[in-house]
Amino acid sequence: MRVEAKILLSLGTFFGVMCAVYWNWSLENAGGVMMFAGMLLCFLPGSYYYWWSRRMKARPEDDPHATQSSGAGVVGSFPGTSIFPFTLGMGAFFVVLALVFGIWFLVPGIGLFVWAMLGGTAEGRRGGNV
Amino acid sequence: MTDVLDPPVVLSGDGHGEHHEEHHGPTGILKWLTTTDHKIIGLSYTVTSVIMLVIGGLFAEIIRAQLSSPNGSIVSLAQYNELFTMHGSVMIYLFAGPFAFGGLANIIVPIQIGAPDMAFPRLNALSYWLYLMGAITMLMGFFTAGGAANFGWVAYAPLSNSINTPGAGADLWIGGLLLTGFSAIFTGVNLTATIFYLRAPGMTMFRMPIFTWNMLVTAILILLAFPVLTAGLIMLYCDRHFGTHIFSVAGGGVPVLWQHIFWFWGHPEVYILALPFFGMATEIIAVFSRKPVFGYKSMVFATLSIGALSLGVWAHHMFTTGVVLLPFFSIMSLLIAVPTGIKIFNWIGTMWRGEIWFSTAMLMALGFLFTFLIGGLTGVYLASPPLDFFTHDTYFVVAHFHSIVMALVLAGMGGLYYWGPKITGYMLNERLGKIQFWFLFIGTQVFTFPQYILGLDGMPRRVAVYLHDPQWKTLNDWSTFGAVLVGISTIIFVVNVAASWKKYPVGDNPWDAQTLEWFTTSPPPHHNFYRLPQIRSERPTWDYNHPEHKSLAHGGGTDEPPPLAATLTSALEHGQEEDG
Amino acid sequence: METPTLPPQGAIKHGGRWRRVRRFIALPLAALALSGCTVPSFGAHAGATVGSKSVYHLWQGFSIGAVVIGGFVVILFCYAILRFRRKGDNIPRQSQYHLPAEVLYTVIPILVVFGLFAATLVVENKEVANPKTNVTVDVNAFQWGWKFTYPGTSTSVIGQTTQAPTMVIPVDTNVHINLTSTDVIHGFYVKEFNFSRYALPGVLNQFTIQAVKTGTFFGQCTQLCGLYHSLMFFNVKVVTMPQYTAWLASTSNAAAAAAAKATTKQQTDTGVPTKPATSHGDN
Repeated sequence: MRVEAKILLSLGTFFGVMCAVYWNWSLENAGGVMMFAGMLLCFLPGSYYYWWSRRMKARPEDDPHATQSSGAGVVGSFPGTSIFPFTLGMGAFFVVLALVFGIWFLVPGIGLFVWAMLGGTAEGRRGGNV
Repeated sequence: MTDVLDPPVVLSGDGHGEHHEEHHGPTGILKWLTTTDHKIIGLSYTVTSVIMLVIGGLFAEIIRAQLSSPNGSIVSLAQYNELFTMHGSVMIYLFAGPFAFGGLANIIVPIQIGAPDMAFPRLNALSYWLYLMGAITMLMGFFTAGGAANFGWVAYAPLSNSINTPGAGADLWIGGLLLTGFSAIFTGVNLTATIFYLRAPGMTMFRMPIFTWNMLVTAILILLAFPVLTAGLIMLYCDRHFGTHIFSVAGGGVPVLWQHIFWFWGHPEVYILALPFFGMATEIIAVFSRKPVFGYKSMVFATLSIGALSLGVWAHHMFTTGVVLLPFFSIMSLLIAVPTGIKIFNWIGTMWRGEIWFSTAMLMALGFLFTFLIGGLTGVYLASPPLDFFTHDTYFVVAHFHSIVMALVLAGMGGLYYWGPKITGYMLNERLGKIQFWFLFIGTQVFTFPQYILGLDGMPRRVAVYLHDPQWKTLNDWSTFGAVLVGISTIIFVVNVAASWKKYPVGDNPWDAQTLEWFTTSPPPHHNFYRLPQIRSERPTWDYNHPEHKSLAHGGGTDEPPPLAATLTSALEHGQEEDG
Repeated sequence: METPTLPPQGAIKHGGRWRRVRRFIALPLAALALSGCTVPSFGAHAGATVGSKSVYHLWQGFSIGAVVIGGFVVILFCYAILRFRRKGDNIPRQSQYHLPAEVLYTVIPILVVFGLFAATLVVENKEVANPKTNVTVDVNAFQWGWKFTYPGTSTSVIGQTTQAPTMVIPVDTNVHINLTSTDVIHGFYVKEFNFSRYALPGVLNQFTIQAVKTGTFFGQCTQLCGLYHSLMFFNVKVVTMPQYTAWLASTSNAAAAAAAKATTKQQTDTGVPTKPATSHGDN
């Protein structure tokens, strides 16, 4: 995971330098704050990956001499079909309509939203459809 | 001594074994509503975004019709403001981005890195539904009493506040963008996680195809930029409805703050749009020159630089406000031309001494290269504040960014012709494709060049009439002619899709292409691969098919290629069914 | 089966081809140099002010760079697609890098960029400078017209949409402009000045111009400001200093009362402008 970590940490460092130069030179706060936040947002996963990269053994995809057999086994869980993304999407749609047309749209909106959150979580725990 | 722990396991799960051929599930509309397969989701995204392209294009043709006379009356002044606002909004928010990162990237990235699907399939599906509903929400504005949003796709405050733009159209525009914004953010999460965690064995980061690298940088940019837009939209909504004064002078707010927030997202956004298409062009040019990508490492470095720099140039859209630090943004914007230039030279280097095959996809990619060069060069002018002072908000800028986005459309069409066979199992008709190319390419140049001249002659943008300078009609008519050619090219494309429907089936690798997705069947099976080759460079399929023309082993291996026999044997022995 | 021998990577012959390419660049450059003292305008114009002229020269400089670099790239590109067309089914040498070329096309653009930046700074500093001056005009943009007032006098010129109010300024004098807006953002743009600046509500934008020739120059709003954005015209009339002083005096006295009335009218007006001469159907 070293390359991944390095990408994010370098980006974060670059933003840090840019932020320092910009904020001190322009004294403009919006840009300064946004660049600073961008720097933090890069350092967060970047340092996580960096910490892990020093503690994990090489994954098959990090090994330039790996063979396909070294990746044998379960790769991950890929839930097949699920109605809950659609449900959640419709819930979000109605919530947005509530912002525009009236608060009563929140009834189907939050309703679908909650159903999707509960149903989707339960589905995930079950292992999902094939 | 640090403990050696197991690598972090992304998900627990169920293995699938040998059930690929017997995969059952819902069919018909229920299949579409419940699918989590990245290939179907990506295809939905592609089809929906092309529909958005057609809608946005229709708006453009009406705009051009209005501008065909100095005092046109095709539409009213108010309708015109809605038209260009929605043309820009539909094209940028609803076509270009979703096509690139939701459509083609969704389908192609997992199979380019040897993954069975995206890391979070249900989140992927959610991204699509949020996009579709966001698109519907935004377009709903046309059916409200006050019409759709009419303040430009950039919605500057105070024009976008509730005093100057009352009405539901503006709120639907905001709401639609909240939905599509989250859609994009979730796709960014998915792409990053997939690329970091689901690569096949041997596919080190520096053996990923350039398209996947570009998608990685795009995904990181999405994660950095889109939340800023979302926050700004919420602030705008609060100003409009909750009595806040974030952007209004009367309450102690600062209108220019909207521009800072918007463009902090807005500039990375245009690179979020551009980078995927750069990636497509890179793949196509390499394959149809029968050569590897030239300067792979410098391509990666250039992409990362473009991504990094793009977050520091936002206020070059604000040079004429008089309140931004001109020299900082000027030098950063000029610098971004350097990695872009590196890419152009690398593309030419890829073709150099190759065996160039002018398929439709290649023509489109070459058209992209030329058109993007024009757009990029005119962008350099705009990076200089004194030059921006008199070109800003004129048709010069309109021409500049239309050169760029039309170049992206060319590359996108190339991507469809190139990867279409992989996704669907059928090729499009090449003859019709080449005719489409010429209409699109020539139409693009014909509609943008007069606009450069118009802008330098002083024609402002976002004007429904040009009473003061009726002699501009000639150039406007030329531009309209070009736009009509582009419209015809879109019709030809749709005709091609219909006429080629299931007519020209293809095998695994009709183009003798190089990257991993061409190793599997067309279309790929459920969970993408029955078997995988040994991966020793960024061109695993090419190495497998042309062992006597191997790539340099990248990504940490030795430069000494393994003996031929061992390569073939290990590929046959160790290529195996992919579990999960 | 023999071990595959890779061709030596990265060895591109210099010589014939490169010389031909260099000759391609030399020719247009020579033509340019030999064409005489006139550098082409590349679509822009020298304009009517001191500033517009420097901006024009900067534009020409950038354009020469764009033509040279763009031309070079187009030539390479055209050469590649013509010379390396597929001739059979053979697979070409799989060269993947060429370090000298890559270094060159990284370093040279960086140097060019710094050159462009230096030239930009020179002109930019002139454009944003606000030297001391005796003539000041307050420009107030509103939906959908312009108001020009001259501090220290009671002269006020106001007009909406196609009424196109005229700002009178003296030639060969630094004129300081104070620009603001009372409602939304507007753009103050005069083509012959090669210049535009936003009129921002709550912000006073200041810039200085010095016209070098007399005449009437057209201006209009360039930043989308609502329904009649396309019609927000104004004029800048540059006259000699004596003419300016005379004009100021006459308008000041006569217009004192009228100016006050116009201001009140604008404040109580609902903002619906006078219908322009040619009606073309609003909503």
